Amino acid sequence: MSLSGISAESPVESTIAWPSNGISEVPFRLYTDPAQYQREQERLFRGPTWNYLCLAVEVANPGDYVATTVGETAVIVVRGADGAINAFVNRCAHRGNLLCLERNGSSKEFSCIYHGWTYDLTGQLTGVAFEHGVKRQGGMPPEFRKEEHRLLRLRTAELGGLVFGTFSDATPDLETYLGADVTRGLLRVMNRTPRLLGRSTQVMPNNWKLYFENVKDTYHASILHLFLTTFRINRLSMPGGIYINHEGGNHYSYAKLDYAAEDADYQAARLRADSEFRLQDNSVVESVDEYGDQISVQILTVFPGMVLQQVRNTIAVRVVRPRGVDKAELEWIHLGFDTDDDAMTERRLRQGNLIGAAGYISMEDGCVGGFVQRALHYNDDGAGLVMMGGHEAESQTFRASEAAIRGFWKHYRSLMGE
Amino acid sequence: MSMDDPALRHGIHELIAEYAECIDEDRLEAWPELFADPCRYLVTSRANHEAGLPQGIMYAASRGMLLDRVFSLRRANIFEPHRYRHVVGPIRIKSVEDGVAAVQSHFIAARIMHDGVMSLFATGRYLDRIDVAASPFRFRERIVVLDSDKIDTLLAIPL
Repeated sequence: MSLSGISAESPVESTIAWPSNGISEVPFRLYTDPAQYQREQERLFRGPTWNYLCLAVEVANPGDYVATTVGETAVIVVRGADGAINAFVNRCAHRGNLLCLERNGSSKEFSCIYHGWTYDLTGQLTGVAFEHGVKRQGGMPPEFRKEEHRLLRLRTAELGGLVFGTFSDATPDLETYLGADVTRGLLRVMNRTPRLLGRSTQVMPNNWKLYFENVKDTYHASILHLFLTTFRINRLSMPGGIYINHEGGNHYSYAKLDYAAEDADYQAARLRADSEFRLQDNSVVESVDEYGDQISVQILTVFPGMVLQQVRNTIAVRVVRPRGVDKAELEWIHLGFDTDDDAMTERRLRQGNLIGAAGYISMEDGCVGGFVQRALHYNDDGAGLVMMGGHEAESQTFRASEAAIRGFWKHYRSLMGE
Repeated sequence: MSMDDPALRHGIHELIAEYAECIDEDRLEAWPELFADPCRYLVTSRANHEAGLPQGIMYAASRGMLLDRVFSLRRANIFEPHRYRHVVGPIRIKSVEDGVAAVQSHFIAARIMHDGVMSLFATGRYLDRIDVAASPFRFRERIVVLDSDKIDTLLAIPL
């Protein structure tokens, strides 16, 4: 079988020293060391983790495919003839060429442009050009068996219309991996059939972990992002909380909002004289309680690289993809649902100004990781502190905490063997 | 008004040039005034645009939303100071109907950071619908179709 080639274990162990056995002091070198970066590819992204692949609706019919990456590894996701979603490494078994060059499409099979080897929708090798030579000269040796060669396969799982993949046989099933709380949080947001509204990618000049930590950081929100306080929005926040799964890497945080009180506040604000401190057009924040539970913000992460967000009526999947030790790509996949009417779509689009590369409450996240990365360049001795709210990674009923970041490091240290 | 009318061409060229100057010379407060109210301003990618997907990266449906974008940049959002230099290419008037001209132009925008680091930040097309019935002309719609769907770091200043 030609299943080898992507090893699960790296022979090189980390030389980065953690200050303690804990998770509240994090060595800076983890963000700058190229060898650490390679180990992360093997042990996290190609290890026992579930990674976001695509929306199920993007591969609605047999033959529909999406080409993506898991970490840095190129992957094809395709709906098979039997209706199952298959995923395999986008690398021909012959000479390792990229098999699929389009971002998406529909096909009955995959054919390598280099030497014409073909694969069916399960990744099984079905055709070898000139397998028996030309005029009986050349050709593959007699012991060669096409059935013994296939594309390296990922297991897939679907939850709430999102498709995930894992390289490892050791990964528990998806819902066990997420834990009961995070599974519930995911299904709360993805409770209808999603509809793709648009996508874009932010290229960030920092290590991927700095962004993923930022998403789990409920401490920075009102400090770094000044939009809401500047325009006196969301002063009526009600308490929220943080759920963290047992292994630590998956979480969701949430906060509720008194929608009716906020609406009354807007009406009152229209009468105020200090117009420079209120929005000229409130539609960027005018939201409806579409889940009927007053939760206006829910940020959910799936270790190592996926985020699912509900910020008011904006729904988005964000995927963090490492692109070198000091570069990462963040794809924003903006969603609506099949039940949306035109007014709901327009509401989501206007609130879309809050998020993404130009988002009023997210653009700072695109640059702050780069500032950290710059400070650490050639200056990466020591360790950062992640002690807000204690030293553990337990679920909490308040949000001024770094517990979810500690959860990330708990899962990280476990899988990295550090 | 005929498509060949010199006054029409002049007014459209002035509006498009003034737009780039407002942004590049940091006269952002004047930028919303170049739009009608209501209006439609959308920065999106070629991929989204061609797939008929409605959500881009920046969107405004009124002059108020444009003003809020400027206020937020000035007072709320945090980013490294930078400017753009737009170079706007051939401007073509596609049609004029009922006082609205459909106009297409091309642009490249360099980004110059406060420390002097310069890079090619964006290229794309402007797809405009311009009110030409009264003077001065105003954008009723400007769709900024970026050739790439990747944005380096962030998009703070409008393109």
